[in-house]
Amino acid sequence: MSASDHNPGAVLNGSEAFPHRHLTGIAGLQPHEITFLLDEAERWAQANRARQPSDHRLDGITQINAFFENSTRTLLSFEIAGKRLGADVVNMAVAQSSVKKGETLIDTAMTLNAMRSDVIVIRHSSSGAVQLIASKVDCPVLNAGDGWHEHPTQALLDALTIRRRRGSVHGQRVVICGDLMHSRVARSNILALTALSAEVRVVAPSTLMPPAIEAMGVTAFSDFDAALEGADVVMMLRLQNERMSGAFIPSTREYHLRYGLTPERLARAKEDALVMHPGPMNRGVEIASSVADHPERSAINEQVEMGVAVRMACLDILTRKARGVEGWA
Amino acid sequence: MNYRFTNARIVCPEGGERTGSLHVSDDAIVADGDGEAIDLGGKLLAPAIVDLGVFATDKAAFAKGGIARIGLMPDQSPVLDDPGIVQRAAAMGKPELWVHPIAAATKGLDGLDLAEMAIFAEAGARAVATGRRWIADSGVMRRVMGYARDCGLTLIIHAEDSGLTNGAVATEGETATRLGLPAAPAIAEALAVARDLALAEETGAAIHFRQVTTAGALDLIRRAKARGIAVTCGITPPHLYLSDIDISDYRTFARLSPPLRSEADRQAAREALGDGTIDVLCSGHDPRGPEEKRLPFADSAPGSAGAETLLALGLGLVRDEVVSIERLFALLSANPGRILGLDTGTLRPGKPADLIMVDPDSPWRISADAMAASAGNTPFDGLPVQGKVLQLWKGGVRIR
Repeated sequence: MSASDHNPGAVLNGSEAFPHRHLTGIAGLQPHEITFLLDEAERWAQANRARQPSDHRLDGITQINAFFENSTRTLLSFEIAGKRLGADVVNMAVAQSSVKKGETLIDTAMTLNAMRSDVIVIRHSSSGAVQLIASKVDCPVLNAGDGWHEHPTQALLDALTIRRRRGSVHGQRVVICGDLMHSRVARSNILALTALSAEVRVVAPSTLMPPAIEAMGVTAFSDFDAALEGADVVMMLRLQNERMSGAFIPSTREYHLRYGLTPERLARAKEDALVMHPGPMNRGVEIASSVADHPERSAINEQVEMGVAVRMACLDILTRKARGVEGWA
Repeated sequence: MNYRFTNARIVCPEGGERTGSLHVSDDAIVADGDGEAIDLGGKLLAPAIVDLGVFATDKAAFAKGGIARIGLMPDQSPVLDDPGIVQRAAAMGKPELWVHPIAAATKGLDGLDLAEMAIFAEAGARAVATGRRWIADSGVMRRVMGYARDCGLTLIIHAEDSGLTNGAVATEGETATRLGLPAAPAIAEALAVARDLALAEETGAAIHFRQVTTAGALDLIRRAKARGIAVTCGITPPHLYLSDIDISDYRTFARLSPPLRSEADRQAAREALGDGTIDVLCSGHDPRGPEEKRLPFADSAPGSAGAETLLALGLGLVRDEVVSIERLFALLSANPGRILGLDTGTLRPGKPADLIMVDPDSPWRISADAMAASAGNTPFDGLPVQGKVLQLWKGGVRIR
């Protein structure tokens, strides 16, 4: 496959396939639009595996990664994705202490806008902050995580991983376990997986379970063992350090006892069930090392790989209009 | 000056509704007399609004809203916890707007030490309040109530259990979960109300919950009133018209304290307004500019600018048959006047001539950009309503 095979005009019905200016969340996307993003990402995954040289479709495009919250992996993933497509990538790491609240956020957005960036990737600690910035700037905005709200590229890379490893997302029993209350990964995954007709089960102690979560089309469990019966995919969430002692769970060892994914516990799931984790992992807390490192069952490294492919697809698609790609003007 | 308002549809919360004339001599309503005739052409004549528990002395907005007197919350800068500051607040709006200060019940509103309530009362304070916050320490609250009773002052309470609401910006439910916002259960209000009712019953204090917004808390108040506890409560229009769904899209103009509730709670609030459980309909006027509202939802300040939409939204409740027109003016004028110990709020002879003339049917559209308030943070932006204040009179003098 050569880079020219990616010419979207030849394969797709132009912007009808994805009529959105920004990607602020999975909410608001139709199932066929999610599938379109996954199909596009799949092509990049194959190209990346084949170690094809960098594509140049984003030559002359300025991509700003504005991260108002600390991140290593997601920032790196977006940077690599942009560079593989030829974009000029600028990282703006804004410590939460210097740009905290107030008009500063809008001011920063207006500054980025005035610099004529072509696409802005944003992470922010407040739910809804990315949407707010998107409403103020002229270029496409990609949400790299806002508060507890959404992290759409994570959900897309997870769906792509499941599709590649299990053939389809449709009908898969996916168990998501951990701190759902404070997790944007969980919210975006619930939206994406239910849109693609997976059966989603969520597991958390009641202290970390969002109220009324079943309204999002999932079944809630506090008993991990019961939830695991017949699971095709087990997706573990990271337990944040600040929630490990006292207020939400008594201790990490008690959490591990009830919600740690051990080989014994995993045996309740299907024999070939897939194990996933958005990283970084707390080994020995939410997941045992032997499970995380299992050569056949663990898809954790593939998730990271798919992350780059999904972000390449999103950057490509969101900039098509500005680049004047046929059918996207 | 003497006036005769003729051909008026006169609504008095105590005297009912009648068509005819109302006489004013100097600054008071009188039973009979002559003077300059003012033909109202069948328009509504009612007592001017007494807005209990606002956060700003926003004269233009109050005049446009038909509000002649306000009960000003102590949450000012500086806090109303000093006699000089209380006195200055009491004087700051006259003659157009009469400001009745509600002083801090604890020093600096910190919820720890008793404030000088008797001195504040001498300086013009009409009540004392916990401010925007609940007093979490039950021992402090018991002493505050006992002392307020000794001073003959009503205690105005913000009722949300802070152990549950700490950090929350929404009510727990599907909307908050989907939006990923920190949320508190609705029961936080009932818990706070239950404790404070028990303390009021024991201490004999007169208490007023500034806003009660949930079915559970309203039910507790309904039962407490039946038992004879000296309790009253209020509400603002947003909790009667909107529910938590209205914070979707992170609309910070709909970020309120207490936060918008479920649809079931909204229905319960309308029912409680109708059956007399709720005593006061107030604006909670709290103008907030873009520097406090054009922010991510959880970082924005709560509150809405409600003064100039209060009457039209109240008249909407009459049209929806939630309340009668007489009861509306009991909620807007007579009851808040009584709670503040003011000799106003009705059209009986001898009362101050604080009056509004209203065209109850005149249509207009609420517009955040066209508000007289110092900031246009209304959650009702774009809503078509009916009812305009044509004239506002304070003490026999036309203000608007």
